[in-house]
Amino acid sequence: MTISLPVTVSPRLSKKASRHLKERFIEFLLFGAAAISVFTTVAIVYVLVKESWNFFQHVPLSDFLFDTQWTPLFDDAHYGIMVLLSGTLTSSAVALVIAIPLGTIIAIYLSEFASFRVREIAKPFLELLGGVPTIVYGYFALTLLTPVLQILFPDLPGFSLLSAGLVMGIMIIPYVSSLSEDAMRAVPMSLREGSYAMGATRFQTAVKVVMPAATSGIASAYILGISRAVGETMILAVAAGMQPNLTFNPTEPGATITSYIVQVALGDLPHGSIGYQTIFAAGLTLMLMTLVFNLIGAWLRKKYREVY
Amino acid sequence: MLKAPDLQAIRQIIARAKRWDMLFSVLGILSLMVGVLSFCVLFADMAIKGVPRLEWEFFTSFPSRRAANAGILSAWVGTVLVMMVTALAAVPVGIAAGVYLEEYAPKNWVTGLIEINITNLAGVPSIVYGLLALGLFVYQFGLGQSILSAGLTLALLILPVVIVATREAIRAIPQMIREGSYACGATTWQTVRDHILPYSSAGILTGVIIGMARAIGETAPIITIGALTFIAFLPPAPFAGDPPAGMFDWLFAPFTVMPIQMFNWTSRPEAAFTVNAAAAGFVLVFMTLAMNGLAIYLRYRLRKNIKW
Repeated sequence: MTISLPVTVSPRLSKKASRHLKERFIEFLLFGAAAISVFTTVAIVYVLVKESWNFFQHVPLSDFLFDTQWTPLFDDAHYGIMVLLSGTLTSSAVALVIAIPLGTIIAIYLSEFASFRVREIAKPFLELLGGVPTIVYGYFALTLLTPVLQILFPDLPGFSLLSAGLVMGIMIIPYVSSLSEDAMRAVPMSLREGSYAMGATRFQTAVKVVMPAATSGIASAYILGISRAVGETMILAVAAGMQPNLTFNPTEPGATITSYIVQVALGDLPHGSIGYQTIFAAGLTLMLMTLVFNLIGAWLRKKYREVY
Repeated sequence: MLKAPDLQAIRQIIARAKRWDMLFSVLGILSLMVGVLSFCVLFADMAIKGVPRLEWEFFTSFPSRRAANAGILSAWVGTVLVMMVTALAAVPVGIAAGVYLEEYAPKNWVTGLIEINITNLAGVPSIVYGLLALGLFVYQFGLGQSILSAGLTLALLILPVVIVATREAIRAIPQMIREGSYACGATTWQTVRDHILPYSSAGILTGVIIGMARAIGETAPIITIGALTFIAFLPPAPFAGDPPAGMFDWLFAPFTVMPIQMFNWTSRPEAAFTVNAAAAGFVLVFMTLAMNGLAIYLRYRLRKNIKW
C-alpha cells in the first residue's frame, strides 16, 4: 500500500512571473552594454570603408599604392600613401630600437634581479611614465630633445623623425616592460629552481630558461609596442614636422599617416570633399597595419604558448 | 680527484659567469634610470619654465594673441565638461558590460566575439576613434563638433579600460560569496547589486580613474572631430538654461580642451608661447599624475586590506 502525499507548494515560493521578467530585462540591458564593443568595431569598419570607397572612386588603387608623391591638397594632386608610410615606418623603427631593448632589459631586471622593494617602487613609476599625455612628450621632443640633438648633430633640422622617434621610444618602454615582466613572472618557480640547482647564475637562468618559457607573452608585449608606435600621433605632429617626405632617413622631417590626419583636421575641409576622404583612406591603411600586427601577435602567442 | 689547474679553470668559469651577472644588474639599473630620469627631466623642465606663469590670471583668462595675457580658462572648462560627458557615458556602460561578461554571459560564440572585440578595441590607435567619431557622431548623427561628440568619443576610447578593470575586480571575489547569496534565494541581479558591485567597487574605481586620466590627455581624436584651437568664450553653463531644451545647450557648444590648447601653443614659433605651453603642460601632467597616483595608491591599499 502506498501513501501518496499531496504536494502543495506554498504560493510564496512559486515562481513569480514578474520577478523573472525583471531579471530577464536587466540581463538584456547588460548584454546591450557589452554589445556596444561589437557595434564600435562594426562602426569603425563601416565609416572607414565607406569613406575610403568614395575616395577610391576618384583615385585608382594603383596610384594610391605606387605613386611617390603625396600632395592631395594641391592642384596637381598625387595620392601616394607610400610617402606617409615611410614616415610612419621610420619613426616607429627609431622608437622600437629604443623601446624593445630597454623594455626587455627592464623587464628581466625587475622580474629576475630586483629586490621586492625596488620592484614596488619602480613599477608604479613606470606606470606613471606610461600615463603622461602624449602631447607633453611632443613638447619634450620639440623644445628639449631636438636642441640637445642639434648640439650632437649640427645639421639636424628643427623638426625631425629622429627626435620624435626617440621620445616615442621612451613613451613605449613601460608598455613593453610591464607586459614582458608579467609574462616572465608567470613562469613557474620550479623551472628557475631547476636551473639554479644546476649551478646557473641569475643571468643565465633569465636568458636561457625564463625568456624562452615566456616567449609568447614577450611577443605580445612587442606587438603592443609596435601598435603604439604606428598609431602614435601627437608626438609626431608636434616634433616631426608635417611635410610629406618620402624618406627612410630619420634625421629628416616627415609626415606620418597619423600626423597627416591631424593636419587635415586642423584645417577646414568641407565634408565630402576629396581631401576629407583622404584621411579616411589613410585611417584605413593604419587600421589594416595594426590588424596585421595583431594577427601576427595572435599567431606567435599560439605558436610559442607554454602551458604549465 | 680534481687536479689544481682544473679547479682554477672552474673557478675562472664561475667568476666569469658572476661577472656577467653583475654587469647585467648594472645594465638593468641603468635602463631603469633612462626611463626614470627622462621623466624627471621632462617634469623639471616644464616646472622651471611653466610654474612662474601659473598665476591666478592664467586660469581665468581666455587665450590671446599676446602670449603674456593668454590663459587656459576656456581650455580647462572644456576639459571638465567633456570629462563629465565621458564619465556619464563610459562608467555605467563599462561596468554593465563587465558585470554581464563575468556574471551572466553564457559560454558561446557571442560571448567569445564580444571578448575578442574588447581586446582588439584596446589596441586600436586613438586617432581611428577620432575618424569614427567624425564620420558617425559629427556627420551621420548630426551632433556637430561639440562637447557631446568629444565626450562620447573619449567614452568609447576608455570603455575597454573600464570593462577590463571591472572584470578583474569581479573575478577577485571568491565563488563562496555568490553561492551564499544564491543559497538564500537571491536572483542573479540581487547578488550583483548587493554583493558583487559593492565588493568590487574599489577595484572598479581604480580602473575608472586610470581611464579618465587617459581621456584627459588624449589630443588626437578630439582634434580629428574638429575641435577649435582658439576659443575666447565659454560654453553655456550646464543645466542653467531654460528647461527643458535650454538645459542641454552646453552639450552642443564649440569647445577646446587642455591638450589642444597646449598643442596650439607648442606649435607657435614665438618663445613666449612655449612658456605658456610649458605651464599648460605642467597643469596637464599634474592632473594625470595625481589621478594615476591615486589609482596606484587605491590598488595598493586594496591589495593590503582585503583577505577573503
